[in-house]
Amino acid sequence: MASVPKANELIAGTDHKPPKTGWMDTPVDFKPGTWCYAGKSKNLQVVGLPNPREWSPADEDWKLPKNWQETIHDGLKDRLGKYRSLQLFMDICVRCGACSDKCHFFIGSGDPKNMPVLRAELLRSIYRKDFTLAGKVLGKMAGARELTEDVLKEWFYYFFQCTECRRCSVFCPYGIDTAEITMVARELLNLIGCNIDWVVGPVANCYMNGNHLGIQPHAFKDMIEFFVEEIEEVTGIKIEPTFNRKGAEVLFITPSGDVFADPGTYTLMGYLMLFHEIGLDYTWSTYASEGGNFGLFTSHEMMKRLNSKMYAEAKRLGVKWILGGECGHMWRVINQYMDTMNGPADFLEEPVSPITGTKFDNAKSTKMVHIVEFTADLIKNGKLKLDKSRNDHLKVTYHDSCNPARAMGFFEEPRYVLNNVCNHFYDMPPNTIKEQTFCCGSGSGLNTDEYMEMRMRGGLPRANAVKHVHEQHGVNMLSCICAIDRAVLVPLMNYWVPGVDVTGVHELVANALVMEGEKERTTDLRNEPLEGMEDSDNEDL
Amino acid sequence: MGIKFSLLAVLALVLAAFLGVEVVGMNYFFGVLVPYVAFFLFLSGFVYRILKWARVPVPFRITTTSGQQKSLPWVKQNKLDNPTSKVATIGRMALEVLLFRSLFKNTKMEFREGPKVTYQWEKWLWLAGLAFHYSFFIIIIRHLRFFMEPVPGFVHTTEALDGFLQLGLPGLYITDLLFLAAVTYLFIRRVIIPQVRYISLPADYFPLFLLLGLGITGVLMRYFTKVDVIKIKELAMGLATLHPTVPEGIGVLFFIHLFLVSTLIAYFPFSKLMHLGGIFLSPTRNMPNDSRIRRHINPWNYPVKVHTYEEYEDDFREKMIEAGLPVEKE
Repeated sequence: MASVPKANELIAGTDHKPPKTGWMDTPVDFKPGTWCYAGKSKNLQVVGLPNPREWSPADEDWKLPKNWQETIHDGLKDRLGKYRSLQLFMDICVRCGACSDKCHFFIGSGDPKNMPVLRAELLRSIYRKDFTLAGKVLGKMAGARELTEDVLKEWFYYFFQCTECRRCSVFCPYGIDTAEITMVARELLNLIGCNIDWVVGPVANCYMNGNHLGIQPHAFKDMIEFFVEEIEEVTGIKIEPTFNRKGAEVLFITPSGDVFADPGTYTLMGYLMLFHEIGLDYTWSTYASEGGNFGLFTSHEMMKRLNSKMYAEAKRLGVKWILGGECGHMWRVINQYMDTMNGPADFLEEPVSPITGTKFDNAKSTKMVHIVEFTADLIKNGKLKLDKSRNDHLKVTYHDSCNPARAMGFFEEPRYVLNNVCNHFYDMPPNTIKEQTFCCGSGSGLNTDEYMEMRMRGGLPRANAVKHVHEQHGVNMLSCICAIDRAVLVPLMNYWVPGVDVTGVHELVANALVMEGEKERTTDLRNEPLEGMEDSDNEDL
Repeated sequence: MGIKFSLLAVLALVLAAFLGVEVVGMNYFFGVLVPYVAFFLFLSGFVYRILKWARVPVPFRITTTSGQQKSLPWVKQNKLDNPTSKVATIGRMALEVLLFRSLFKNTKMEFREGPKVTYQWEKWLWLAGLAFHYSFFIIIIRHLRFFMEPVPGFVHTTEALDGFLQLGLPGLYITDLLFLAAVTYLFIRRVIIPQVRYISLPADYFPLFLLLGLGITGVLMRYFTKVDVIKIKELAMGLATLHPTVPEGIGVLFFIHLFLVSTLIAYFPFSKLMHLGGIFLSPTRNMPNDSRIRRHINPWNYPVKVHTYEEYEDDFREKMIEAGLPVEKE
């Protein structure tokens, strides 16, 4: 793994001026820290992806299949006939440049090929050569070029340097969405076996074991039960979650990252405490134990293959509806793909909160409710007893995760919940939140350690906005509703804004949640003393 | 390179029309044949492109949401930026098409020591874009007086409003000024903003030079070297009524103007200018964000290989039983 330069050195010398050579004549430099390791042969084999082999992007020879150009050409042709978005976005860009400085990777790296327009041109130039008359006749003059190995390497580098965050699509006058282009480009790369292991590894795990981390059923149960003990230590309450239970009213699915690593684990404890307190009749599933879907970062087909488990498991267990945890791209899949791909979910019922009786009309067809919608409704109906002061040691801001923001429009519900569970909440500046939110810099399967330099660069705009509220209001806690965020914002904050920690919204809910029969709480879920409790005995520490 | 190539191409067009009419006397060719062919290419090309796009399915509902979703009844939905109904979606599209709403959101990133990133007010592109498109539109309306007899009232009204300054003789049209200013601005920004210049292709400069050429020849004809407007109308009416004639004594400037227009419309369907039609089909804008409420159908949805629960249980049955997890088959 390449070492990452210190924060003050990283950006020194980064300017946003393009190089002297034209972009078609500037080959990629595979500098360590800016690319991800190749997908391992065994992982490709598990899910039957083409051309499994051991290789590295730093190699001269990528061991491509003989007819790889033809495969890409045919693959592109097929997709042009299947996705209007692709065909249209190949044709109508006017290169006005409105998107150019909207990409976090461009802001952090200054590399012009990270301007969304140029990222798209990487594919568009091949489209023109292969599928337009002008491109065939005029070649470079019409912005067309041959698909060579250098171009392919450029694709690999830059389409795995896009987090599919869709920020550029908010600003594009024609709604051109680079995520659509990146998704198709990654599909094409996958046709000839060019994937990254941080994507295909989780995909293979999820396919066989039910979750990205490859946690087997018994271990999954063990891990949840470990949190049960943790909760008992903080609250004195023993919670008894159930697994793969038929006949439960609700199936709960959340990203497996939260089962595995801090600080997501505290969010998961938050779910357990909340469900216990309201007496929700729900079950976990070990088969559908993944909310996230790295298939989305592989191909539409892989997305569908992994997502299928949610409805299949809901049907098998005979639940009425599904409740989904805090996760970013998971909710893009649920909102924009799941029902279309794997529906109709006619074996489920339109979701109704058993606690408040609220009918979730907005999830009438998918039958899947977001945990933050669910909790906001509980709070609005006065069903939760909350002691905000238990979060008084925290000054909180909120990171709108890309997918719930721009593929859903999930803005007010989390803010409503936050304002009801903590006294000190400060939003970041308007150009950096809600639909204009900045990516964590590690989304879409790029949250791997060997990619750290690029992650720190891509995360700079987000960190910069956090720094603003950190300096202005003393913010020390960055909340979010995405498991990847919870994993990656921690190193990002340590790097750019030391002194700011990361949390899920439901960790803060659980801190504030006054539970029936609980002992006096002296610490939060992290065993940090509550405000005014610093001196009290805490044997657990 | 793109700039020179495009400029030379437009100059070549000007020269071709000039020589063709002045030296060779191909008045009928430039006055009738070329406009007809161009118009035919425009119409058929435009329809072809739209049909080509429309034939491709929209498999998924990939709306870009830019406002609060419809959720709980007490959460105020931003219907225009995150529509769930047809009416609101039409509203969103109308604002996009008529007012370039997304472009209005534009900001300019500034990168300072620290590093500190800030986002500045930047409405010039939006303003110039709007000024260009609307003045072009009004100029086209005004030109209808050449193709219609009697001239309809709305054309007179447009002329009157456009010339309300009543400066000079013939009266100055504001849109003429705006058009030239906006196109010039769009060209200059393309050249001086390093990132925009870096991404610019000949296909970006060529239409700008064409439009500038159009504007300049038009302005020259109206305000400086007078051309015979009566005869031009005779030619235009002939074209419109399919009884083409080319009256003698129309200045060559007119033929240059007409040739540039013909080039523009013939080129239109095969270029990025088709964004005019494309915007209406843009899947991130023209669909409501309602795929949790109503199922969106993908016409080519196909079955995929999945790892079923049964296979999963077969893999782990012993471990599951040992851990006390329920199983289907003991």
